[in-house]
Amino acid sequence: MGTLEQTVETEEHHGPARGITRWLYTTNHKDIGTMYLWFSLIMFLLGGCMALSIRAELFQPGLQLMAPNFFNQMTTMHGLIMVFGAVMPAFVGLANWMVPLMIGAPDMALPRMNNWSFWILPFAFSMMVSTLFMEGGAPNFGWTFYAPLSTTYAPPSVTFFIFAVHMMGISSIMGAINIIATILNLRAPGMTMMKLPLFVWTWLITAFLLIAVMPVLAGVVTMMLMDIHFGTSFFNAAGGGDPVLFQHVFWFFGHPEVYIMILPAFGIVSQIIPTFARKKLFGYASMVYATASIAFLSFIVWAHHMFTVGMPLAGELFFMFSTMLIAVPTGVKVFNWVATMFRGSMTFETPMLFALAFVVLFTIGGFSGLMLAIAPADFQYHDTYFVVAHFHYVLVPGAVFSIMAGVYYWLPKWTGNMYHEGMGKLHFWLSFIGVNITFFPMHFVGLAGMPRRIPDYALQFADFNAVASVGAFIFGLSQLLLVYNVIQCIRVKRHTTAQVWEGAEGLEWTVPSPAPYHTFAQPPLVK
Amino acid sequence: MSTQSYYVPHQSRWPILASLSLFLMAIGAGGYINSLGKEEVSGFSGFSLLIGALFLAAILVGWFRNVIKESMAGMYSDQMDKSFRWGMSWFIFSEVMFFAAFFGALFYVRNLAVPWLGGEGEKGISNMLWQGFEAQWPLMSTPDMETFPGPKEIIDPWHIPLLNTVLLLSSSVTVTLAHHALRKNKRDAIVIWLAATILLGAVFVYFQAEEYVVAYEELGLTLHAGIYGATFFILTGFHGLHVTLGTFMLLVIWVRVMRGHFNPDHHFGFEAVSWYWHFVDVVWVGLFLFVYIL
Ligand code: HEM
Ligand SMILES: [Cu+2]
Repeated sequence: MGTLEQTVETEEHHGPARGITRWLYTTNHKDIGTMYLWFSLIMFLLGGCMALSIRAELFQPGLQLMAPNFFNQMTTMHGLIMVFGAVMPAFVGLANWMVPLMIGAPDMALPRMNNWSFWILPFAFSMMVSTLFMEGGAPNFGWTFYAPLSTTYAPPSVTFFIFAVHMMGISSIMGAINIIATILNLRAPGMTMMKLPLFVWTWLITAFLLIAVMPVLAGVVTMMLMDIHFGTSFFNAAGGGDPVLFQHVFWFFGHPEVYIMILPAFGIVSQIIPTFARKKLFGYASMVYATASIAFLSFIVWAHHMFTVGMPLAGELFFMFSTMLIAVPTGVKVFNWVATMFRGSMTFETPMLFALAFVVLFTIGGFSGLMLAIAPADFQYHDTYFVVAHFHYVLVPGAVFSIMAGVYYWLPKWTGNMYHEGMGKLHFWLSFIGVNITFFPMHFVGLAGMPRRIPDYALQFADFNAVASVGAFIFGLSQLLLVYNVIQCIRVKRHTTAQVWEGAEGLEWTVPSPAPYHTFAQPPLVK
Repeated sequence: MSTQSYYVPHQSRWPILASLSLFLMAIGAGGYINSLGKEEVSGFSGFSLLIGALFLAAILVGWFRNVIKESMAGMYSDQMDKSFRWGMSWFIFSEVMFFAAFFGALFYVRNLAVPWLGGEGEKGISNMLWQGFEAQWPLMSTPDMETFPGPKEIIDPWHIPLLNTVLLLSSSVTVTLAHHALRKNKRDAIVIWLAATILLGAVFVYFQAEEYVVAYEELGLTLHAGIYGATFFILTGFHGLHVTLGTFMLLVIWVRVMRGHFNPDHHFGFEAVSWYWHFVDVVWVGLFLFVYIL
């Protein structure tokens, strides 16, 4: 990382507007980042409540609390809200806040469009959540909305679901275009590509993935709409179409999508570990190349979600081997994080704890992914709780933990105050324990054959399910601590310095804390 | 990477209003489409869709006018210009991927799904589903002819489609000629070449519409006509929409040229539209090849 030649200029600019219009009309990347993050938190809590209702039902075998159809609505909405409402907007919010600060840009490249990207989301999700109150109920076909469940057999609210997905797609594409344009065009003089902080690099590649696959998602929901209402037969063999076509198009979007949710996480962790290990990141260039290879590979592995659907043998083999290849660049990353810590003088503040947990638990998720990648073995695992365990390990202690790590890491920069370290640690440990109690037993019930997305189960799965439900409530309730910590950090004046973390490097730590409303109106010079 | 300061606009009302109108359109369209099969078509939803669309159009006009004013006032640096260029290029890339999804669907059904359904190849066992079904492309008789009556005939590529290919390809040439004229600052030539481009685009859309009428009324090639009709209409339909939008964009640029908005060095608005137009053109070549001829 280069050092700064000139210090940040603090020339007085107009501050934020007053009242609600500040948020409605804003073009400021910090305001927009803040809104994205709050929105994501609300969605996280809402999606979390749905998850808890699922776990409550699954606490015991038999049907206790809800009708199966409602259970299906809960799994569907939980998945959609967490993926599109919680994880993705959180990363976009972090990008909005941090990318301009990290590259020395005055704002995002296209500030008005930035506002549009955000404000589409609350509308899209109001519409999506409102389907719960519609005749026939909310979508109940799972977050992967396979045809014909989502076409021939769907509730009428599917039409609104389709338009909600369109709106989210528009929002994501515009957000991604903005991020790419910012990174390519607004870097401060001297900030060459190979000096970019890794969070910026991973977001550059994520934005590329978003622009490449969100239109494909739009395409697939459009075909659904046509099949449902306008008599086409894309996913209907009676007209010469094929339901499996749906799965191909969906997963062509879906697999890169899971990398959209993990690449920025890699970036955050790559920022945090060097800070608290007080060493430079090990293997910067290899990190960049590994990220790019993961992005490339993510386009040619999609059918590993479809091993059991009936593909030609050549297809099974191709997708099996290409999927296993992903473990190589992923391994490079994990190696580099560990090597960064090796002989570092480490301290264990909350962001570092979350980042460390990320490295360990994400790796567990990666290993179960490798098991699933073995096509003949996947015939056993597919559609069982083993898959649920896999993707929750990569998404909760993976993506979500990285977001929390990033929030604790940058909160002092945003608010100018230090959060309460003890409370932060408490939040971490409860989350860490909760997550493992929830998701680890799912591996066992999955291997023993418990199917996913079913509200009832055979008696032999009862013990592990009860344990998982207890863990889920521990994890869920401990997120109230996150809310408390964030609010406390905003309100209690515990002033911090511009540097915040002793070992932190990069332009964002050269601006005062809290970061002024406008930063880098004159670009800094990076050497 | 320049050192001059970058223009960050102040607050703007357009984005939130645009979100609101998208929302009105979405709930309107959802309610309207859902009511289609019922006794009473939802008037309220139709109204909401219409109002939303009108709002959105008005907002886009206002928003773009805003941007044009700023640009004319010289508020945009070269760096800003580059942001717009990146923005437009990546937007076009996203459009490419949108079409790629439909092309991918076409290739998949054509080369894999339909042959398998007809009993060929490794997954030919799916023929059990519809015994006696024979694979062919274009798919004239579908497995279930009652629900999805296949087309009687398909469009002959060597009539209207060929003509449309010529039209669209020449429009790509005329828009380039207009660009050259703009670089040499020959106002009259720009106006004429742009007008020619717009005309070619409009005639293309007209012929395309006529083709649809023929397809529906004479050939039995409809949305219901099985997978051939489905892929045919989704690809050509979205392409037609893009040509229509592109023609509107050209029209706006044409008016702006006449008002003297562009000069030989600064005319990103013009270039953006011409990029878009070339993109639409390239998609058409793909369509002509893979949908009509092959
Ligand atoms: C080493 C890397 C990885 C490998 C080899 C891998 C492999 C797989 C395979 C083979 C499946 C399909 C299992 C089945 O349905 O039978 C799967 C499912 C899944 N993976 Fe991964 N994965 C990896 C990393 C990730 C990451 C990083 C994420 C997200 C952050 C992720 C998210 C998911 C999700 C969400 C599903 C389930 C989708 C569903 O059916 O609902 N995976 N993975
Ligand atoms: Cu995958």
